[in-house]
Amino acid sequence: MRNKNKQPADPQRIQLREPISNTNLLLIITVCTFFGMYGMAMAVWGGGFLNPQQFLDLFNNNSFLIVISCGLTIVMIAGGIDISVGGITALVTMACVVYLDDKGGSVAGSMALALAIGTAFGLVQGLLVSYLEIQPFIISLAGMFFARGMTTIVSVAPRTAENEMFMALKEFRIVIPGIGSYGKTGNFIPARIELGVVIAIAVVILVFILLKWTRFGRNLYAIGGNSQSARMLGINVKRTRFFSYLICGVLSGIGGYVYLLHTGAGNASNASASEMQAIASAIIGGTLLTGGVGNVIGTLFGVLSLKTINNIVIASGLREPYWQSITTGMMLCFFILLQSVILRIRAGGTKRD
Amino acid sequence: MPNDIVLSMRNISKSFPGVRALHNVDFTLKSGEIHALMGENGAGKSTLIKVLTGVHPKDSGQITIAGSAKEVNIKSPQEAQNLGISTVYQEITLCPNLTVAENMYIGRGTYSFVSWGKMREKTTELLEKLNIPARATQQLSTCSLAVQQMVAIARAVDMDCKVLILDEPTSSLDEREVEKLFSLMRELKSRGVGIIFITHFLEQVYEVCDRITVLRNGELVGAYDIKDLPRVQLISKMMGKELDDITDLKNSRVSHVRAGTAPVYEAKGLSSAAGTRAFDFKIDQGEVNGFTGLLGSGRSESVRAIFGADKITSGKIFVNGKPAKIAKPRDAMKYGIGYLPEDRKQDGIVDDLSVRENIILALQVMRGFFRPFSKAEAEKFADEYIKLLGIKTASSDTPIKSLSGGNQQKAILARWLLTKPQYLILDEPTRGIDVGTKVEIQKLVLKLAEEGVSVTFISSEIEEMLRTCSRLIVMRDRKIVGELTQDDMTQAKIMHTIAGEAAQNG
Amino acid sequence: MAKRFQRLRKSQLVIPLFALLLLALFNLIRDPSFFSFNITVNNEGNSVLSGNIISILNSASELAIISIGMTLVTASSRGQDISVGAVAAIAGSVFVRVLKEHTINWPIILLAFVCACLVAVLCGAFNGTLVAGFGIQPMIATLILLTAGRPIAYWINGGATPTVESPLLGYIGSFIPGVPIPTPLLIVIVFAIFVSLVLRLTNLGLYTQAVGINEKSARLNGINAFGMKMLSFMILGICVSIAGCIGVSRMGLINHETLLLDIEMDAILAVAIGGNALSGGKFSITGSVIGAYIIQALTITLYAMKVPSTAVKAYKAIVIIAIVVLGSPVVQSFFLRLRNKMFPKPAKVEEKQAYAE
Repeated sequence: MRNKNKQPADPQRIQLREPISNTNLLLIITVCTFFGMYGMAMAVWGGGFLNPQQFLDLFNNNSFLIVISCGLTIVMIAGGIDISVGGITALVTMACVVYLDDKGGSVAGSMALALAIGTAFGLVQGLLVSYLEIQPFIISLAGMFFARGMTTIVSVAPRTAENEMFMALKEFRIVIPGIGSYGKTGNFIPARIELGVVIAIAVVILVFILLKWTRFGRNLYAIGGNSQSARMLGINVKRTRFFSYLICGVLSGIGGYVYLLHTGAGNASNASASEMQAIASAIIGGTLLTGGVGNVIGTLFGVLSLKTINNIVIASGLREPYWQSITTGMMLCFFILLQSVILRIRAGGTKRD
Repeated sequence: MPNDIVLSMRNISKSFPGVRALHNVDFTLKSGEIHALMGENGAGKSTLIKVLTGVHPKDSGQITIAGSAKEVNIKSPQEAQNLGISTVYQEITLCPNLTVAENMYIGRGTYSFVSWGKMREKTTELLEKLNIPARATQQLSTCSLAVQQMVAIARAVDMDCKVLILDEPTSSLDEREVEKLFSLMRELKSRGVGIIFITHFLEQVYEVCDRITVLRNGELVGAYDIKDLPRVQLISKMMGKELDDITDLKNSRVSHVRAGTAPVYEAKGLSSAAGTRAFDFKIDQGEVNGFTGLLGSGRSESVRAIFGADKITSGKIFVNGKPAKIAKPRDAMKYGIGYLPEDRKQDGIVDDLSVRENIILALQVMRGFFRPFSKAEAEKFADEYIKLLGIKTASSDTPIKSLSGGNQQKAILARWLLTKPQYLILDEPTRGIDVGTKVEIQKLVLKLAEEGVSVTFISSEIEEMLRTCSRLIVMRDRKIVGELTQDDMTQAKIMHTIAGEAAQNG
Repeated sequence: MAKRFQRLRKSQLVIPLFALLLLALFNLIRDPSFFSFNITVNNEGNSVLSGNIISILNSASELAIISIGMTLVTASSRGQDISVGAVAAIAGSVFVRVLKEHTINWPIILLAFVCACLVAVLCGAFNGTLVAGFGIQPMIATLILLTAGRPIAYWINGGATPTVESPLLGYIGSFIPGVPIPTPLLIVIVFAIFVSLVLRLTNLGLYTQAVGINEKSARLNGINAFGMKMLSFMILGICVSIAGCIGVSRMGLINHETLLLDIEMDAILAVAIGGNALSGGKFSITGSVIGAYIIQALTITLYAMKVPSTAVKAYKAIVIIAIVVLGSPVVQSFFLRLRNKMFPKPAKVEEKQAYAE
């Protein structure tokens, strides 16, 4: 939706300045909120917030959430929902650890396994939702149950990865020259990011390109806007929906692997409640649950905002764990109300010349 | 075949289980012609179009398209599209959250990657060529309904269409928007596109069409040039009746108003958030009045304000002479006012509920939350009105959505009659209904008036109102511009009043 | 009688009843003694009924009660409330908090319950305001309490997991001395009777359905749509508080993390299995309650098959998929066409609705 202001002001046009699209407006609000919040945190609490590593840790610790939120954004834009993403993540972590340690698998093999699991879930869920026309909430709920159940069937006890090659990957860091912080002993520790972050950023970029420039991506928006119209316009709604779930499944698989890269352990309680965090991130980022509006850059900032709030809460002295969730809830409430009010104002006037 | 014929349908027949929808129907469309397809409900227009656009396969007959002498067999909407037959439906089938440019091109062609620049350029070109006041990059939902409709047409036209089918395109447009649409249609006509125009607005047919094809009961009545077919003859061909049959409803145009009593309802300075300007209105006991004006003039909004259906922003209201407060429908119902909404599908029926539940709904609400009717009571009410109004339904338990439009309307009417209102508002009660039922409803209105019930009657068909009302309020652009009674109530005078100063502006 | 059967055949209770039957048959074949129940003596020295059936009926109590409220919310607001577990934890916390401040006797228990109820209804009103007042989708609006609810429950009790010692709670959570039927089951029965009385003696059913099917039309008939939606959320609040208090009474303590965890998912499932459309409109509370028992029966069956509790979810998932697939319109119309091919019916004169326009 670029170049919106480059049209010459044609006196015959009824509107001289064309209004910004819903997607872009919500995105701007999200980005401003994030930077506003972080800026305020830096000013008020200084300390950790001024440490670039803390900023980068937002990415380091949450890259899996970024990846699965991207998948969820895709599905939500088309008007659907997928709450199995957290379950799939946990299953992938457990399955890969067992594969690496017990079956002596290779790292490449474990990556393939992660993708396979994610694809399988995406495939089945996609088929059931698009072709059998069953409610996505129920299907992905069953998917979540199945994944969590399978995780304990694969291994009841938590497992830590010991495979050497994998550990090397896990410990791999990219050092960012020039920025860093001073440690307790006074020496300069350069800022580092993990491998998972690179994967997450790559995913965000790829999904961005997908949504903005490919036919498939634009079809998603059309279906989310009005699926009856989309069909009349010649879009194969069922097939597009199917692929949205498939991609979300694949991204859940990737997210699971990224999670494993970060924690190095498989555990049945991994990524618990992360599906709701992913949905919250997408909503804060400007994706509407009703579909047709959404932006993966917004989702990225949604994740960052969500996690920054936690840091702010800790910095402000409210150390009990429940404060984080309460403030997350409040932030969510704020954004939901904001979206609803803005959209109502914009839809308000019946358009008659 | 002659070069200027762009579509030829011969001997088309189509049956469904138990119903013969089309029987040996011919239809011919010339290039550069705007051709109206008319007929009452059940005539077969919809089926003919569905056969043409590949939604239903035909049972027999031949279809040929310009440029190919070979017969075509249209099996799917996509095929129809490929053959150059495009359709624009009554509901806008575009995506409001996408831009105009995207709506033009999405789903078409074989591209994999979007080229935003090229899309914007081509769209702007097309919009300018067709004189559509929209920007390529604006979100569709920010365009007015008429412009959205025009974008849909532009898309259809851009796909090299030879035949453009417009199915009730003007139903939700106001008079200025209709004019814009018509100028677009004339532009397309000048380029040789053949347009099939389906509508029930007679004035519009006479304004823009060249030929008319009339269907009745699945058979072809005839195809005529506009100049050879005056309105009165068109109506009689559509109904298969001679004019006298329908005018035997005598309206003495004298109201049954009892002198000396306070008006049943009176409002001063009533206005609502839906955009009506403050107006004064009163209606006496036993009087039948009508609101007339073109579509979009504010008739429905005015009566909705009377009923409290929209948020009331100002006004003093009196019922039977005493001050009253009507802020929501429940209040109006308490005062004995009933309202049959214009859009029966969206505002009238509760489609999954049974006919019985739909009929007793309003009376039930009036009775109260804590006093539900027993099954027996509800059935008694429902059966009484099913019989009285002749509602065709398998049983009172049938979900109302499986009834035909006319029977649904009767059920909603029954709902309000059951509440024994002292003032009944009927907004387009005969829209989309077969002629027989139309007459029944008009007779009913006159009977109610005799019994002392006041009625406000709104209809797009002036003849109906002339037959039933004793007073007509004329509206234009959301305000009242005149009130006509007795001898002033003629078609000509009404047209004049509606036109008002606009006629001078030419 | 034949007409009743005809009506039942087409009603939405077919699938849930069928599923229940299937489950029963499966157990019968696998282990006929599954259904046995007998009188045993429990820890408190009372003679009580025990056995798998009793176990199912007992443990499903909270789910059944919440499903009742969830049905109303789904029907009127066309969406689901995913905060019920969290709000139950809040209600349970309030219950425990009040109890801890006083010596426990029946009036105090009643007071504690009333307080819990009020708080839960308040939460319901919060959700209802967002949904009915701001027009926000129920699943999104309730995401807020889902996120913040359990932490709030924690905060109510100062971050601890307090225990409440009292034999009186045992009366609620397990058995009343002298009554062989578990109390939670009795509570469900009483509540169900109460709800059906309400549905019969008021227009709750009709108005809720009207609002869910076509809100505009309901308004034009004088129905207060905002009020009906709020009412359904507040009734759900009552249901949730009952469930929360039962949950606490069973264990004598409140653990905010685990009390009725994931029950929102089970409740939504129960509503769906019961044949109710998740998009609102017509509803059947009986269906949802049957759905609740199906879910619990499935869980107990799996336990009886020695499936570890953590893996139960996976099997539940498969059964859920089977049920919704069978109930999906695509599959249903496939079976219908199959049946018509095998047993062709004589052509009926039907309403010419779809065709003769």
